[in-house]
Amino acid sequence: MSVNERSLVQQIWDFFCSLKLTLFLLITLAITSIIGTIIPQFPNIDDRYWGTISTTKKALYDKLGFFDMYHSWWFLALLALFAINLISCSIKRLPHVFKFVSEPATTLSEAQQKIFPSRDIKLTASLEESKERLAAFLGTEFAKPVITPVDHHYHLFAQKNPWCRLGVYVVHFSIVVIFVGAIIGTLFGYKGFAAIVEGESVNSIEGRDGKTIPLGFEVHCDQFTVSYYNAPGGEGRTPKSFKSILTISENGHVVPGYKNARLIVNEPLTYKGFTFYQSSYGQASDPTTFFFTARNRETGRMEQVALRPGEQTRLSDGREATIVDLTDNPGEGLVATLQLWGRTGEPQVFRVFKDQPTLDELRGDRLIFVFTGTDARMYTGLQVSKDPGVWVVWIGCIMMCVGLCIAFFMSHKRVWIVLSPGYARIFGNASKNQPAFMTEFEALAEKLQNQNI
Amino acid sequence: MLSAKLFNITTIFYMASTVAFFGYLAGRNRYVGLAGTLLAWCGFAIQGVATGLRWKESYAVGLGHIPLANLYESVVFFSWSIVLIFGIIDLKYKYRVIGAFVMPFALLGMTWAQLYLPTDISPLMPALQSNWLTYHVLTCFLGYAAFAVACGVSIMYLIKSRSESKATDAAGGLLAMFPPTKALDELNYKAIMVGFPLLTLGIITGAAWANYAWGTYWSWDPKETWSLIVWFIYAAFLHARFTKGWVGRRAAWLSVIGFAATIFCYLGVNLFLSGLHSYGSLN
Ligand code: HEM
Repeated sequence: MSVNERSLVQQIWDFFCSLKLTLFLLITLAITSIIGTIIPQFPNIDDRYWGTISTTKKALYDKLGFFDMYHSWWFLALLALFAINLISCSIKRLPHVFKFVSEPATTLSEAQQKIFPSRDIKLTASLEESKERLAAFLGTEFAKPVITPVDHHYHLFAQKNPWCRLGVYVVHFSIVVIFVGAIIGTLFGYKGFAAIVEGESVNSIEGRDGKTIPLGFEVHCDQFTVSYYNAPGGEGRTPKSFKSILTISENGHVVPGYKNARLIVNEPLTYKGFTFYQSSYGQASDPTTFFFTARNRETGRMEQVALRPGEQTRLSDGREATIVDLTDNPGEGLVATLQLWGRTGEPQVFRVFKDQPTLDELRGDRLIFVFTGTDARMYTGLQVSKDPGVWVVWIGCIMMCVGLCIAFFMSHKRVWIVLSPGYARIFGNASKNQPAFMTEFEALAEKLQNQNI
Repeated sequence: MLSAKLFNITTIFYMASTVAFFGYLAGRNRYVGLAGTLLAWCGFAIQGVATGLRWKESYAVGLGHIPLANLYESVVFFSWSIVLIFGIIDLKYKYRVIGAFVMPFALLGMTWAQLYLPTDISPLMPALQSNWLTYHVLTCFLGYAAFAVACGVSIMYLIKSRSESKATDAAGGLLAMFPPTKALDELNYKAIMVGFPLLTLGIITGAAWANYAWGTYWSWDPKETWSLIVWFIYAAFLHARFTKGWVGRRAAWLSVIGFAATIFCYLGVNLFLSGLHSYGSLN
C-alpha cells in the first residue's frame, strides 16, 4: 500500500469516526424529518390533497420521495451513515476505554499532578508504616488501593465505578440494537388490516402493500358493540369503548381459550404471533328492521315491536304503528319518527331517540317506546400485525435507559496518594459531576489530615 | 369547583414569584430573591392540592381519570413540572436569579390555561384509556420542563456572554447578578442531562403504548416525528461539547432551538399538523 493510499483510507476512516459528522447527521436528520410532518405521507394521503398541489410540484416531490420520505433512499442512507458513524466511532474508542478501565493508571504523572485537585498531608510515622496506614484508610473510607513503588516513594491508587465509563457505549450500542430490531420487523413481520362483518369470518388479512396475507386460521366476528359516555360532557356522543367479540378456529375446530374472546381498544388479542387490535368499525349493511320495546304505563307490561319502513305493525292495544322517518345526525344519534293510530282519535307522530331511552316517558302516552336497535350489521375493523423484531427493540430501549443513567448519573472516581518520607499528597478526579465529587474529596482529605499517620 | 379556584390562586402565586424575581434582578435584595423562591414553592404546593382535587372531582362526575387528558390539563401540569425542576435546581445550586428567566414560562403556561383553554373535565376516548397514558405524559412533560429550565439558563448565557465579549459594562449592574458563564453552561448541561433521559423514556413509553394499542411502535406520526426531532437536537447538544468550536454560544443556541422545537412538538403539532395525538387539539 502506498503512502497516499494509506492516507486516503485513513482519511475515510477518520471521516466516519468524526464527531463533526455526528453533529452534521443529527442536525440534518432533525431538519429533514420535518418534511414528512408537513407533506402527507403514504398511505394516509387524502385524495383531495392532490387537487391542492400543482403537477410539477407533485412530480418533484415524487422524485424526491417526499410522499414516503421516511422510507426514501436518501433518508435511509442518512440513517445508514448514522449507524456507520456510530459503529466506527465505537470501534475506534472502545479499546482505549477498555484499557483505561481494565488497566488503570496506578501512578500519577507530573502533568496530572499539576491538573488534579490535591491536598497536603503531614506524616509522622516511617514511610513503610505510613504506607500501610494510608492504604488501610483508603480501604475503609474509599476503596481498596493498589500500591506501586516509584523511585523513593509510593503511589497509592484507588477507584470506584470504573466500568461506568462504558455507559456511553451501552447507549450507542443500544441504538444499533434498536436498528436491528426494526430491520427484523421489516423483513420478517407483517402489518395488515381486516374488516369482519358481524356473523362472518376471515382467514386472511390485507397487507399494507395491498397483498393478501393468509393467517392459517379463521377469525369469526360474533358481535360488535359501541358504548357511549352518558356523564355530563358526554352528550357529544364520545364513545367510551368499542368491543368486538371474536372466535378463532383452526381446521374447523374452535381454539380453546379463543371462543367469544373479547377485543377492545388498548387490549389486543394475540394468536400464533399475529396480534389483533381494535382500530375502527362501521355499518356493513343498511337496516331494514327497527326494534323497539313498548312498555305499558299502567300495567308495566313490556312488548317487543319490530317495525319496517312502509309496513304496519299491530300493537297489543289494537293500534297500528309504522316508521315514517329515520335520521342519524352527529350529536343526536339515531332517531326514528313513528306514527301511531287507532280507530278513534288523531294519529300521533313522534320521535324516539336511540341514545335517550327515557325521553319518551314525557310524551304522556299509554305506551312508552324505547328504541333498542336495528338489524343493520356492523363490521369491526382490525389492525393486524406480526413483528418478530419488537423484542429486540425493547431490549435496545432498556439498554438505552440504563446506559443513559450510567452515563449521566454515575461517575468514575479516582484517588491517588503520592507518598514521600514525612510527606504525602492526595489527588482526586471524577469523570462526572465535579462539584459533588469535590465535596466528597475534601471531606476525605480532611478526615485524612486529622488522622495520625 | 374548588380545584378551579385553587388553580387561579396558583397562577397568582406564580405571578408574585415572577415579580419578586424581577425585583431581585433589579434591586439585588437577598430577601426579595428568597421571597421569589418561597412564593414559587407555595404555588407549587397549592397546585399539587388542586391537581389532586381535580382528579377526585373527575370521579365525582363519572369520568374518573388522571388530570392529564386534555390540553388544559397538560399545560397546567407542564407549568407545575417547570416549577418543580426549577425548585430542585435552586435548592441544589443556589443561583436564585435563574428564577427570573424560568418562572415566566410557568406563569405563561398557567395564565394561558386559566384564561383561554376550556377547563372542562372531558371524557377519555377509548384509545387513551390506559395506564400508559400516565407514564407517557408524566415522563414527557417532566422532560419538557427540564428543557424549559435549560432554555432559560441558555438565554442568560447568551446575554451574559455577549456583554462579556463586547466588554461593555453598560448593563453591568444587572448582569453582575447573573452566575458566571461557566456556571450557566454547566447548569444548562445539567438540566439537559435530566431532560434527555426523561424525553427518551417518554418516547419509549409512547412507542410501547402505541405497540400495545395499535400494534406498531413507530409510525412516523407527526407528534412522534417531532419528538424524535427534539431528541436529535439535544443529542447534538450533548455531542457538541466533545467537538471543537461547538461549545459555549453554539451549545446555548442549540438548547434554545431545542426548546423551541419542544414547544412546537407539544403545541404546534396539534395546532398546525394532524395526527394521532388529536386529544390535545383546541376543539
Ligand atoms: C452517529 C452517531 C453517534 C456517534 C458517532 C457518537 C459518538 C459519541 C462520542 C465519541 C461520545 C463521547 C464519549 C466520551 O468520550 O465520553 C459520545 C457521547 C455520548 N453520546 Fe454519542 N454518538 C452518536 C450518537 C448518539 C446518540 C443518537 C445518542 C442518543 C442517545 C448518543 C448519546 C450519547 C451520550 C449520552 C453521550 C455522553 C455525553 C456526555 O457524557 O455528556 N450518542 N457520543
